[in-house]
Amino acid sequence: MTAAIEVENLRCEFRVHTGLMSAEKRVVAVDDVTFSVPAGSVLGVVGESGCGKSTLARMILGLLKPTAGTVLVDGKRLFDLDRKARARLIQPVFQDPFASLNPRRRIKDIVALPLAAQGTFSRAEIERRVARILERVGLSAAMGERMPAQLSGGQRQRAAIARALVLEPRIVICDEPTSALDVSVQAQILNLLADLRRDLGLTYLFISHNLAVVEHVASEVAVMYLGRIVERNETDALFREPGHPYTKALLESVLTPEPGKGVPDIGLGDAMPDPANIPPGCRFNPRCRIAVERCRHEAPTRMVRPPQGMVECHLA
Amino acid sequence: MSALLEVEELQVTFGGRTAAVRSASFRVEKGETHCLVGESGCGKSVTALAVMSLLARGGQRSAKKMSFAGTDLTSLSDREMARLRGNRMAMIFQEPMTSLNPAFTIGSQMAEVLTRHKGGSRAAALDRAAELMGRVGITAPGMRLGQFPHQLSGGLRQRVMIAMALMCDPELLIADEPTTALDVTVQAQILRLLANLKREFGLSILLITHDLGIVARVADHVSVMYAGEVVERATTAQLFRSPQHPYTRGLLSCVPVPGRVQRDRPLGSIPGVVPAIGSGFAGCAFRSRCAHADETCARAIPRRQAGDAHDYLCRLEPDWAELQPA
Ligand SMILES: Nc1ncnc2c1ncn2[C@@H]1O[C@H](COP(=O)(O)OP(=O)(O)OP(=O)(O)O)[C@@H](O)[C@H]1O
Ligand SMILES: Nc1ncnc2c1ncn2[C@@H]1O[C@H](COP(=O)(O)OP(=O)(O)O)[C@@H](O)[C@H]1O
Ligand code: SF4
Ligand code: SF4
Ligand SMILES: [Mg+2]
Ligand SMILES: [Mg+2]
Repeated sequence: MTAAIEVENLRCEFRVHTGLMSAEKRVVAVDDVTFSVPAGSVLGVVGESGCGKSTLARMILGLLKPTAGTVLVDGKRLFDLDRKARARLIQPVFQDPFASLNPRRRIKDIVALPLAAQGTFSRAEIERRVARILERVGLSAAMGERMPAQLSGGQRQRAAIARALVLEPRIVICDEPTSALDVSVQAQILNLLADLRRDLGLTYLFISHNLAVVEHVASEVAVMYLGRIVERNETDALFREPGHPYTKALLESVLTPEPGKGVPDIGLGDAMPDPANIPPGCRFNPRCRIAVERCRHEAPTRMVRPPQGMVECHLA
Repeated sequence: MSALLEVEELQVTFGGRTAAVRSASFRVEKGETHCLVGESGCGKSVTALAVMSLLARGGQRSAKKMSFAGTDLTSLSDREMARLRGNRMAMIFQEPMTSLNPAFTIGSQMAEVLTRHKGGSRAAALDRAAELMGRVGITAPGMRLGQFPHQLSGGLRQRVMIAMALMCDPELLIADEPTTALDVTVQAQILRLLANLKREFGLSILLITHDLGIVARVADHVSVMYAGEVVERATTAQLFRSPQHPYTRGLLSCVPVPGRVQRDRPLGSIPGVVPAIGSGFAGCAFRSRCAHADETCARAIPRRQAGDAHDYLCRLEPDWAELQPA
């Protein structure tokens, strides 16, 4: 069986000017990323702001050319496909449903757009499919007549999901689809995405900064830090026995409703990782609680972690 | 225990049509953290803004009582209120960029707060700014003072906002979703910082959030808001031990807990959305989403006692609700 998404040694560099006087700098946003997502499964990608999650998503969607490495979607190179074929194969759902929906069009027209862009569907067929997918994501026909500003955040995210699914793609890239939502609405959207995946046999790449959010949807989880995947494993194994200190910090930072426990000291310090200044040795060492001398000059290599995973840490 | 902030039967309407806050009552005790929790649109921010006299144009406020450290806030003139704000009571907002001026350095904005309220030299104010930045966990404060807001990450900006709010040694800090826009890692760090400040400075905090996970970890007392009303009030321990209102139970079931997720079962969730309430609305506002609603829920709803300092607004008796885990 071919994997739905296959990524090998993927790398993305940007050249940025950091100031008037300073020279051009290289930002390595994604560094040597390799994984494959079997058809019908969900890979959760977790990491802090700026670690390269969206850059990875854009390369998989064919919106951004990798500096090196390959991306195969359903066994095909996206750059060899035209836009229409790409749209039938893979679709995105983004974090901010407001920014990604045209404010001056009705919801049902927004959802119809990918169909219309194909140029092969009749008016009646478009209407039929739009009505069907709106109902499937839990939006009434009356909602379809509204403008995005007249919907709640959760309803807008439902509309964005309807637009992504109206062409019946096999693969959906969800980039922080619930990060802008209330916890209650987040639960509704996570349940909807899980139902849709099961019923339609979809494959997801599901991006979040919150490890707890991916547990419900992901069969496998990859933890990203400064452009690299530092740990990857089956979801249960990763939650049961996190190997990388960063994965542990992410887990600890989830505030579960247990009164009396207080707020944990996750011990990451205030320095945000900067992809323009990747530390030598292990890139996590300035924030790592258990770092040893070796971590400061020698980068850890990829080690196998049972049952199906890998980890990059000298001490894991 | 004495209340630092006491709010009784607060009402806020906009243009007479939207009843954004409906008879909300709560007390923030000295040295405690009080959480207002509820979904987006439940009236949490409007409540905070009403306390600070910062309501948008068209917002009408009335209250049976609203006092801060013994001062009746409803009787203060605009000038007297301005002297309290940023001084004895300070507020931090969800999106720090809305309250930081992009055209001025961090240092000059922080110093200005102190010199405006307390006088003194700019140099002394900058010293205090640097000291507080250190206290909130910002390394190399000297460098940060000279930077502009856009040069800081979201987490750093929120720390700056906290340091700025502390410039005049406030007694009350109102924090409106201070971590909602941030990574969970940064969120944990900011909340830990607030908890430490409360302990070290004896600060009282009114914290607004939609996440009961946060409430459990930081609050002493909780008021659950729904559609402008406080539908349940309790100490944190009591609220999590025996939540009574179906809305509180719904909110609790939505919080994903690592290790407790059953992959093939849906997460707990509350169907539907918060309704907009106009004036003249009667009955329980949660009835359009409540699994226990019946025709009596459209009538006046009693406030029931479920223990010491624990009450809730629902037709269901405490024991009955007890038997029906959400
Ligand atoms: N077009 C670009 N030019 C220069 N740098 C870029 C560009 N796009 C992204 N970057 C940089 O690459 C790094 C990774 O960015 P990316 O948007 O992938 O992060 P992310 O993990 O999605 O973060 P967030 O959680 O904030 O969405 C960041 O440092 C970012 O500033
Ligand atoms: N300036 C305003 N004009 C009219 N209605 C408003 C205004 N600000 C808030 N509201 C309404 O008041 C209600 C409560 O809003 P808010 O306090 O911001 O909710 P929360 O902070 O709980 O998300 C909402 O229905 C909102 O639309
Ligand atoms: S290699 Fe060293 S610094 Fe890196 S995560 Fe492991 S222990 Fe920490
Ligand atoms: S009063 Fe009725 S509708 Fe409201 S919460 Fe109680 S049971 Fe549900
Ligand atoms: Mg992103
Ligand atoms: Mg608000």
